[in-house]
Amino acid sequence: MIQLTPWDLVIASGMIILLAITSLMLQLNISKQLIIAAIRNVIQLLLIGYILKLIFNSNNLYFLASIATVMLVVAGFEINARQKYPLKRWVGFKIGTSALFISSFAMVLLTLMVIVAPTPWYSPQYAIPLLGMLLGNTMNGISLGMDKLNQTVYLQRLVIEQRLMLGQSYHEAIQDIRAESIRTGMIPIINSMAIAGLVSLPGMMTGQILSGTPPVEAVKYQILIFFLIAAGTGFGIMLAVWMIAKRMFDDRQRLNLDILQIKR
Amino acid sequence: MGLTGPSGIGKSILLKALADMLPHQGDIFLGDIESQTISAPQWRRKVALLPAESQWWCETVGEHFQGYDEVLFTHLGFNKDVLDWQVSHLSSGEKQRLACIRVLMNQPEALLLDEPTANLDPDNRAQLELLIRDYQHKHQIPVVWISHDKEQLERVCQQLLTINKSHYDISQIAPEQTEEHGMTA
Repeated sequence: MIQLTPWDLVIASGMIILLAITSLMLQLNISKQLIIAAIRNVIQLLLIGYILKLIFNSNNLYFLASIATVMLVVAGFEINARQKYPLKRWVGFKIGTSALFISSFAMVLLTLMVIVAPTPWYSPQYAIPLLGMLLGNTMNGISLGMDKLNQTVYLQRLVIEQRLMLGQSYHEAIQDIRAESIRTGMIPIINSMAIAGLVSLPGMMTGQILSGTPPVEAVKYQILIFFLIAAGTGFGIMLAVWMIAKRMFDDRQRLNLDILQIKR
Repeated sequence: MGLTGPSGIGKSILLKALADMLPHQGDIFLGDIESQTISAPQWRRKVALLPAESQWWCETVGEHFQGYDEVLFTHLGFNKDVLDWQVSHLSSGEKQRLACIRVLMNQPEALLLDEPTANLDPDNRAQLELLIRDYQHKHQIPVVWISHDKEQLERVCQQLLTINKSHYDISQIAPEQTEEHGMTA
């Protein structure tokens, strides 16, 4: 494999700086966020590169478990960032993290113990990238589904109350919104599965091919990952949306939006 | 029973609490059933609240109804075609008349009306008053009617509860009828 030198990355960063300057001139108000994201990207990835080097050498289950916990907690926080009608911080974190945990960890354990089955099963070379991809995608899905749910329920609260007044159960009253939110969260993964290979070469496969893996081997892994991500994301979103929808009603099935952070 | 009083005194809140749509203190009885002893949806089908402004969530009128009731629909000037109408094309009067039918089709055993005719013209108002009176006579149920229109309350109520900041009083408008169910809060 051709190794990259620091200068190669400097040239690529020149493109980002060019983009930042252009958007500054066009007054798009995005250059600051772009630069911050790029700097975070460099620091975080370099850091994880060195940490991975450490983990790969140690092959220790507890070390791996603590890394996995950090990944989960960060993803749990990020779910609630950038929401239009966010949940109260602690509730959002609790629901997001448990949905992520149940769906992603189940998929990763299935892969490690049954499908790929490396020795030992917690071999970090497999566990960390798998978990990373599942958490990242599931996080996006849950975040989108949650945003849609909270926003729609808030804007349609009168409709929901009307349906309750007519004697519908909270399940009936929120059914359409719940289904729509789950659908919204699942669109990205369904799209990327559907267009894979035709429009874009998926990232993981590209990486494996660049590093010299035979294309058909890379494809098999990519298919595995797609299926895991789709299942993990789908179940994660369903769990999160169901949990939030339930929390939006009290024990007498009255709409209660106390779990949203709304400035009154 | 008519319910009147200045805006913001809590008339609508009282009705919402009676329909168990708001947390409340005290027990609410319909006959000898207390609200907490049955599920909230069951209670809300028995004790139906008709708000001043109705909400519709599907494209067509028919999707909001389970079945069709010839008598109710014709009474308020509709025929079966109305089920295929687009909700977005309804006038506010049509919406309110249909909302009233929608509530009555649940066969409620008590009716809570929150300014049901506030947005209606005199013709529509008269039709709706008549429909409610017929339903009440037929089923002998309690009806609580919020209105700012004194004349309307005198037409449709036997008793009038006036709520003010410091006090409330109940006055008789016409000889009281014997009611099967009493509602106490």
